[in-house]
Amino acid sequence: MPELSANWSAILPHLILCATASVVLLISAGRQGRAGGWALYLSAAGALAALIAAWMTPTGPAAFAGSVAVDGMARILNVLLAFSAFMTLLLTSGYAGRWEVESGEFYALILFATAGMMALAGGLDLVTIFVGLEVASVSQYILAAFRWREPRSIEASVKYLLLGAFASGFLLYGIALVFGATGSTNLHEIALSVSRGGITGSPLLLAGLGFLLVGLGFKISAVPFHMWTPDVYQGAPTVVTGFMAAGPKIAVMAALLRILGVGFESARPEWTVILWWLAVLTMVVGNVLALVQRDVKRLLAYSAIAHAGYLLVALVAGQELGGISILYYMAVYALTTLGSFGVVALVKNEDDGGTDLDAFAGLGFQRPWLGAAMAIFMFSLAGIPPTAGFVGKFYIFSGAIQSGHVVLAVIGVMASLVSVYYYLRVVVAMYMRPQAAGEPALAVTSPALGLALAISVAGILFLGVYPAPLYRIAQAAISTLPG
Amino acid sequence: MPVLSIIVFLPLVGALLLWGIPMPPKAQRGVAFAFAIVTFLVSLQLWFGLDRTLHTFQFEEQRAWIPDFGISYHLGVDGISVLLILLTTLLSAIAILASFPAIKEKTRGYYAFMLVLETGMLGVFVSLDLFVFYVFWEAMLIPMYFLIGVWGGERRIYAAVKFFLYTMLGSLLMLVAIIFLAVAHRNETGTLTFDLMELYRTHLTTTQEVLLFSAYALAFAIKVPLFPFHTWLPDAHVEAPTAGSVILAGVLLKMGTYGYVRFCLPLFPHATAMAVPWIVTLSLIGIVYGALVAMVQPDLKKLVAYSSVSHLGFVMLGIFALNHQGMQGGLLQMLNHGLSTGALFLLVGMIYERRHTRLITNFGGLTKVMPLYAACFMIVTLSSIGLPGTNGFVGEFLVLLGAFGANKVWGVVGATGVILAAVYMLWMFQRVMFGKVTHEENEKLRDLSKLEFATLVPIIALIFWIGIYPKPFLDTMDASVRHVLDQAGAPVPAAAPMHTLGPGSPGDVLAEGGTE
Repeated sequence: MPELSANWSAILPHLILCATASVVLLISAGRQGRAGGWALYLSAAGALAALIAAWMTPTGPAAFAGSVAVDGMARILNVLLAFSAFMTLLLTSGYAGRWEVESGEFYALILFATAGMMALAGGLDLVTIFVGLEVASVSQYILAAFRWREPRSIEASVKYLLLGAFASGFLLYGIALVFGATGSTNLHEIALSVSRGGITGSPLLLAGLGFLLVGLGFKISAVPFHMWTPDVYQGAPTVVTGFMAAGPKIAVMAALLRILGVGFESARPEWTVILWWLAVLTMVVGNVLALVQRDVKRLLAYSAIAHAGYLLVALVAGQELGGISILYYMAVYALTTLGSFGVVALVKNEDDGGTDLDAFAGLGFQRPWLGAAMAIFMFSLAGIPPTAGFVGKFYIFSGAIQSGHVVLAVIGVMASLVSVYYYLRVVVAMYMRPQAAGEPALAVTSPALGLALAISVAGILFLGVYPAPLYRIAQAAISTLPG
Repeated sequence: MPVLSIIVFLPLVGALLLWGIPMPPKAQRGVAFAFAIVTFLVSLQLWFGLDRTLHTFQFEEQRAWIPDFGISYHLGVDGISVLLILLTTLLSAIAILASFPAIKEKTRGYYAFMLVLETGMLGVFVSLDLFVFYVFWEAMLIPMYFLIGVWGGERRIYAAVKFFLYTMLGSLLMLVAIIFLAVAHRNETGTLTFDLMELYRTHLTTTQEVLLFSAYALAFAIKVPLFPFHTWLPDAHVEAPTAGSVILAGVLLKMGTYGYVRFCLPLFPHATAMAVPWIVTLSLIGIVYGALVAMVQPDLKKLVAYSSVSHLGFVMLGIFALNHQGMQGGLLQMLNHGLSTGALFLLVGMIYERRHTRLITNFGGLTKVMPLYAACFMIVTLSSIGLPGTNGFVGEFLVLLGAFGANKVWGVVGATGVILAAVYMLWMFQRVMFGKVTHEENEKLRDLSKLEFATLVPIIALIFWIGIYPKPFLDTMDASVRHVLDQAGAPVPAAAPMHTLGPGSPGDVLAEGGTE
């Protein structure tokens, strides 16, 4: 047993986020919940500070009795999560005023959720992972309902809450079973126990792993646990949707990587079979269902499902490259998803088909910069060079082929061929359809939002043309991962 | 000086300038044309600087790009790619010039995409690293997609998306094959690399070769397009704006055939040998089928589009005859098709600008109204059917010679394609140009403007140059052709008897018999 010791600097980013959130909450409480621009900028500054703190944190042995990782992977994930929060807050500027979600709670919840995700992503103990997941989830349930005058937003929140609670139940039950079989919730201790006894001989452990996969599969919306995703993504305020598509996916994938790659490494052959099918189903179903969507938010929801599938491919591939490609892809995916939802957030009328593809007709020439940004996001999601999305897919499928999963790679590229069609539909609407008559469907870009989009576009192009540095960083991060 | 990088990225610089700096439409097209013509002039350096006695890659550049993956920015050209680069830079400049009168809306994006497209195409021809190659190969889809989809005709969206998806289908499988090949190489040698020069040395089992060959071949077959993968082509050609069709037919299709020569043959010689009967059969079907379908097209542009299917069948026949004459003929025919079909699309575009119709029945007797136009059209038509004295003759003759050398039946079936080409082209020419002016609207048509004439002059000059004195072109590619054949395990003759082919050689009789 590692000795009980508190290493506060290991969770400095979490602390910064929680402290900022508390301050924002307190001040806005004194103003009857109404918050001006200052709350937004204070929160964004908090996220930025957490990002810097996460980057500066030196790696070391696991903190808090071996339950919080302080390794390179935790560092890169904390940076990514803080970055997602920062971008989300920038994208909220302008949006918040239009939708009357301009309150301190809104920003505070984003920060709390991010702190939860960091705990989840860095958790080396199933209990830490669960607590982190719940902090993140509960914050998101509320965020989804923030346009509370809209029935659809409430529907999204309730749906997310009920199904999410159900999934948490599965997860908790899985944790209990694994604890029962191995006598520990610590991943390293579980690993020892699993490698000693194997997994096939222990029904308890097998069932526990199954429940864990169901619970986490729900959170990354892997098929067949994806049913909630389109409705929740569509109903939630668009900036929240972007945040939900990026942040939790990163954190939960990291948790999966740790649970499977550390705790259950010696049972790799067993869970590879399960994940192989999950990956195939997720890629195929996500992409095929996206084909028929006319609503851009729903389209991006199904696309988010499909991208979880690509990440699962990397998890199946395993080895060093599998881990690297997961980190690389998540960084690219966060940039692209946040950017694309940022553009969608400019739609003035979010309900009654306001986010229909038609709202984007003629956008490309009417708003050249915005259109070009959205087109780059779509090409990146589709994985077309010279965008970062292509390099990410290249790494993932290289990993799959290197570990001998050629069939999986072929299914993956064919699924992404399908995805090209629906991403092109957005581009077609923007550039090839005449502009709809009447008022422009998109609001004016605020400077902060413009900055966020510029960061996304620059990041996507840079990582697409010059992928070596991030690859190196990811490689260093993965090499600290035991097992 | 990194000549190749300059040639490849000069157009991109132009595109960024156009996109970033607001300027009036006239300045935009001026800038675009200036960048295209300067790129062409710089690329001439390759023609003069190439050492034609070597088969190795020249003007090489290599810099680490993603070192952990063994990916380097590796460029280089040999005799084969130099010709295609010159074709690309020339046709791009011509296509941009030809767009001046035609493109009136959204000019900024149009010219920017034309230049980006040029960068993409040039990148494909100079890449010696499979990853770099793939990046250019795919990136090029984006500008072409926009050119068809935004500035195209009636059914442009359908055509643009179809073009994009068809090409993606092939290239994604090729991507898997590229990675697989690199991994196989790593398993053999211990180092992961995407460098073509290294991968040439990989030893594969026959099964692996066949699978990988199939994946590459499918991607290239769609691009060529080989029958039955051609269905995207008529749509894309017909809906694209004139300049788009010129580039599409002139250069993009050549990427497929170039892919076979550069990648399929040298990388997978055993699988190539096994695939010859299949690919030649498809090529022959394409030759005859394309010609027959072209014959019955009421629309001029569609006719030219289907004639491309037939002509590219010839190119493939020549390459897969796997002998010296066949390959030389196939490669020369790539240039010839780029020139003559490019010119045909220009000519069709010119008449479309005037009449806003391309139906053959709407024309007739144009020789009287537009004598210069008709004369140019005549020359290009004759080049397209391969009349001796024009470039088409030399290429088709060599292809048929190669085909006969490999298998008599191939030669016979291929030769019928030449006859059919004469039928559909001359019949079309007769209906459009001769007879009485049947439509009133046609009586007052303007003849060629100076600008339009200027776009045709270089092509016509080349048609005659290659037709009368092909030696410089054949010499340029000769060493590389021999090397590719050697890599593909085909017998390479010691001497080069076909070089000095010209009027009066015994071959003329044979080919004339086949043409007339």
